[in-house]
Amino acid sequence: MATRQTRILAHAATAPSTLVLFLWMIVPLAMTIYFSLLHYSLLDPGTESFIGLVNYEYFLTDPAFFTALFNTLKLVGGVLVITVVGGTLLALLLDQPIWGRGIVRIMVIAPFFVMPTVSALIWKNLLMHPVQGLFAWLAHLIGVRPIDWFADAPLTAITLIVAWQWLPFATLILLTAIQSLDEEQKEAAEMDGTPPLSFFFYIVLPHLARPITVVILIETIFLLNVFAEILVTTGGGPGNLTTNIPFLVYAQALLQFDVGGASAGGIVAVVLANIVAFFLVRMIGRNLEA
Amino acid sequence: MARAHSLRRRTVTTAASWLAGLIIFFPILWMAITSFKTELEAVNIPPSFVFFDWTTENYWVVQERSNYLRFVGNSILLAVGSTLVGLLFAVPAAWAMAFAPGKRTKDLLLWMLSTKMMPPVGALIPIYLLFRDMQLLDSRGGLIVVLFLLNLPIIIWMLFTYFKEIPGEILEAARMDGATLWREIVYVLTPMAIPGIASTVLLNIILAWNEAFWTLNLTTSDAAPLTVFIASYSSPEGLFWAKLSAASTLAIAPILVLGWFSQKQLVRGLTFGAVK
Repeated sequence: MATRQTRILAHAATAPSTLVLFLWMIVPLAMTIYFSLLHYSLLDPGTESFIGLVNYEYFLTDPAFFTALFNTLKLVGGVLVITVVGGTLLALLLDQPIWGRGIVRIMVIAPFFVMPTVSALIWKNLLMHPVQGLFAWLAHLIGVRPIDWFADAPLTAITLIVAWQWLPFATLILLTAIQSLDEEQKEAAEMDGTPPLSFFFYIVLPHLARPITVVILIETIFLLNVFAEILVTTGGGPGNLTTNIPFLVYAQALLQFDVGGASAGGIVAVVLANIVAFFLVRMIGRNLEA
Repeated sequence: MARAHSLRRRTVTTAASWLAGLIIFFPILWMAITSFKTELEAVNIPPSFVFFDWTTENYWVVQERSNYLRFVGNSILLAVGSTLVGLLFAVPAAWAMAFAPGKRTKDLLLWMLSTKMMPPVGALIPIYLLFRDMQLLDSRGGLIVVLFLLNLPIIIWMLFTYFKEIPGEILEAARMDGATLWREIVYVLTPMAIPGIASTVLLNIILAWNEAFWTLNLTTSDAAPLTVFIASYSSPEGLFWAKLSAASTLAIAPILVLGWFSQKQLVRGLTFGAVK
């Protein structure tokens, strides 16, 4: 159906976007790779020299890297578990007949629209402060010792904050998926007197397998990049207990001015993200065919 | 459908979901309440939820002390500006991919989406250094470009899915009648695509408003939006909870309202069509 003229026009129409996105992706990436092979410190400019893979050697054997890698995995894993389990339960609940569903939905979705710096600081101070925070007060009410979140369990605290921000995303997508479950199937199961648990494990869960995978992949891509929440609450500390890979790279570049080392770290982050992106892109591609 | 147990069940599920909803929403509610307290009241234990002297003083103090409205202005400018530039690039691209797809259109679209999956730390250092050398650090123009590039894949993707839903025959009919490409886009496509474009704009304004990696790293004061202003409350001595709450409440209120309108678009825009 497309004439030759249309084809040319179509190319002209996609060209600007393709070009800017290509530049946006390739220029910084090429520069980062190039920097990662240099000795390049902002503290002594003019001494840049080619040193091969030494930066990678340093970065990958630095204990801080392993701490950051484990922190990243713990953060991503923790948030995924909370949001997927919590999101599934909430989606099941919101799919039930309830009065005022619209309002409940609004309340559940709201955290997603709160900017990261706000949610991090509100949670850190108003809720998690060991003396004046609301959680401390609640702990006193039920007679347990309040947790000093950011001293005793800083990574857990950040995990909770980030999970609160992403719970709405998982809930909303899983709710959309549950609502697309065939009404007749639900009714048939109900008439047959299928116990709720069997109904969940044999009908709902298989139906949710795919959306859950998508939630996991998309959240992982964003969660690998958590930054603002760490910057405003702990600054990576105490020590490097809450330093994840993005924060480590940031600290090395803009606080220690080691451009070469930080670039090597940036490339490591790119490789990690690409492993996840590979699977996600394949799933999206399969859906585009259909 | 009316069955004997349905009223009881409805009561139980209603109570359970309201409880869950209130717990999840509570931090936002608590922040809003705290914003109307005095600083002394804000850190008082036991906390009071309703019975305290409500005051709007914090809101005035935040504006007076830190010229709050300048940050609001920057947030609006960055979010709206980057979205509009994005539309300028994305509308033709999405049009071409939806109505004149070629052999490689699908790959192109997937590749565009995959640029969104690049971790920002992979680009932070060169962008920071380039911006430093070109005097673009802390400039609104520079940041608009970054936010535009950041969200362009999502804008293209969303417009593509909306355009796909428009029957192509209508465009062909217009073409038969001798409409030029420009007229086709302006008079035929755009009116039908307005709802989709509006949703796209909405979601992208939200994403740009809340963006907190590049804004924190590339701005300090002149171009700083609300994300950066709120971050300035992170210093240990800056524990002014009531003022933090007032500034935060104002910063998220407009986006919460927009967000409630855009629930559906959230699924479409952020799952890249992987969930239908």
